[in-house]
Amino acid sequence: MSHIGSYDARLKNFSWAIAEKELGYKPGDVINIGWYCTDRICKLGKGDKPALIWEGSTGTEKRYTYDDIRLASNTIGTFLRGLGIKPGDRVCLFMDKIPELYLGFLGILKIGAIAQPLFSAFGDESLFVRLSNAETTAVITQKKHAPKVRKILDKLPHLKHLIIVDHEGAAPLKEREVAFSLEKAAPIDKFDLYPTKAESPSVLHYTSGTTGMPKGVQHVHYSLISQYLTGKWVLDLRDDDIYWCTADPGWVTGTSYGIIAPFSLGVTQCVFDAGFGAEAWYKFIEKRRISMWYSAPTAIRSLMKAGDDLVKKHDMSSLRHLASVGEPLNSEAVVWSQKVFGKPFYDTYWQTETGCIVISNYPGMEVRPGSMGKPFPGITGVVLDPAKNEPYPAPGKIGLVALKFDWPSRMRTYWNNEEAFRKKFRGGWYMTGDRSRLDNDGYFWFAGRDDDIINTAGHLVSPFEVESALLEHPAVAESAVVSKPDPINLEVVKAFVTLKPGFAASKDLDLDIMNFIRKKLSPLAMPQEIEFVEGLPKTRSGKIMRRILHAKEWGEEIGDTSTLEND
Amino acid sequence: MADELKDVILAYVTKEYLEDDSEPINYETPLISGGIVDSFSMVSLKRFLENKYNISIPDDKATPEAFDSVNKIAVLVREFAKA
Repeated sequence: MSHIGSYDARLKNFSWAIAEKELGYKPGDVINIGWYCTDRICKLGKGDKPALIWEGSTGTEKRYTYDDIRLASNTIGTFLRGLGIKPGDRVCLFMDKIPELYLGFLGILKIGAIAQPLFSAFGDESLFVRLSNAETTAVITQKKHAPKVRKILDKLPHLKHLIIVDHEGAAPLKEREVAFSLEKAAPIDKFDLYPTKAESPSVLHYTSGTTGMPKGVQHVHYSLISQYLTGKWVLDLRDDDIYWCTADPGWVTGTSYGIIAPFSLGVTQCVFDAGFGAEAWYKFIEKRRISMWYSAPTAIRSLMKAGDDLVKKHDMSSLRHLASVGEPLNSEAVVWSQKVFGKPFYDTYWQTETGCIVISNYPGMEVRPGSMGKPFPGITGVVLDPAKNEPYPAPGKIGLVALKFDWPSRMRTYWNNEEAFRKKFRGGWYMTGDRSRLDNDGYFWFAGRDDDIINTAGHLVSPFEVESALLEHPAVAESAVVSKPDPINLEVVKAFVTLKPGFAASKDLDLDIMNFIRKKLSPLAMPQEIEFVEGLPKTRSGKIMRRILHAKEWGEEIGDTSTLEND
Repeated sequence: MADELKDVILAYVTKEYLEDDSEPINYETPLISGGIVDSFSMVSLKRFLENKYNISIPDDKATPEAFDSVNKIAVLVREFAKA
């Protein structure tokens, strides 16, 4: 029997107080995610239970019990306090998936500071816009990533500390730099927890905007309530599970379900800090006896591509429950999963802004391959008629996915951008930016984005940000960036580029531009295809009409071109 | 083109995917599984090889495993250079 039991029965008597009661929280109490993920589990008598089993790309292993992560987060928190980090200060985690990332996240929260995780593959420009917008006080990083921060240090007056967790002492530290070794630091047992309350800020994740720079999605400690309960009812995390969330904590899945949900439930989780490889992943599942696996459609499609024979070479019998997140999971992947693992991947739908799974397939509920599932109990999700900003009276029509904005882990605002936050609402509904239709039984079926944002391998990329960066390349005069279909990543970035006089299209220039964007922004934002064109479609007022280029890439109708400049 | 090929690939990966003061890599260093080159960046590495050696590597051959070290990439390039 799954934790959720009957979905329909849960709908009838739902209250978030179920999670509050299980966590021993009452409104008005202190609620600190760092404490709930460590000290509370120890107080429940599970201090000796493995919390984190980490494996690096070379097979190196590190193991931490719940008492170990309690001590480590205390130690990191104490170190940060010693540097003068105060409650509310933003502390960025800019690391690979090493233990210090997970433990640092908890330590930051324990002192009341705000954890700002950033994907370690970000280039210096991506890093700069996010650190400057957040006015980040400290960055915790590894020596391999420190050079990217050093490049922009002079432009970041608020950044007081660059903390390097693996400094070996050979190279001298530079201005504002400080070394911290978790292994060498004296463990701190007695710790003065900062008494955060429900609405105290906790985590700041950046997400791509349609027209502007990335937006800082601000969450609060009360998000724990949603993350705990969805971890229990959707991921069906159990006390004896060995859990593997493949997401990087640079993104929200990696914190909500790669740190907060499993640790607050006292589950043992494994982390594999290595790049993707089908055989390596199967070996990891077999070796670690993974029972609950939370991954992404791009990875699942890549595993499909690697073939069924590879699966058969490994013992997958430990797998009990599988779930997926990041982009729509195509029905073929669900059917394939059933065939090779004997169980389907359960698709889950949510966003950085929602903080937790909001629409999902559930254990015990019929999985309709290709469907997003149904709203989590306590969450009201509808398909809005875009013309009226009201839910369609009957199912079947494609409209806008909208949510009643009232669950615990919803974002509280965009950092320093209240106007962008207000624009997310229409007629009182929170607009996800996704389109969908409902079937007769209340299942949601994804139909695409409602804006120009590109979802590549589950990560959102802003065309605006890529276009802005392209203009900094010496050869680029103008650019337009759209998505193009991709069998593995769902969508990838494609750029249309016009060149400045004196430059000619060539294979070498194509590669040079690709690498320019990869280093400046990130590998995700790098155009996988560049098309050199003589001109771009524009309105008579000079605005580039991305939708025409998008329609061509997707084989769709171009639609109204009456405003086209050269029509 | 034995060692010369590997040296060209090694130099390119070092220049494009490593920071200035990173640990040096060798022919056997895991590139994809070691997190030096991710699956997205693999596209630009593939493009470099195709441009440099005037070859075309089919997508189904450009797997993370086939790109996981300079040695493995060299095998791939030789295969398609012959073809």
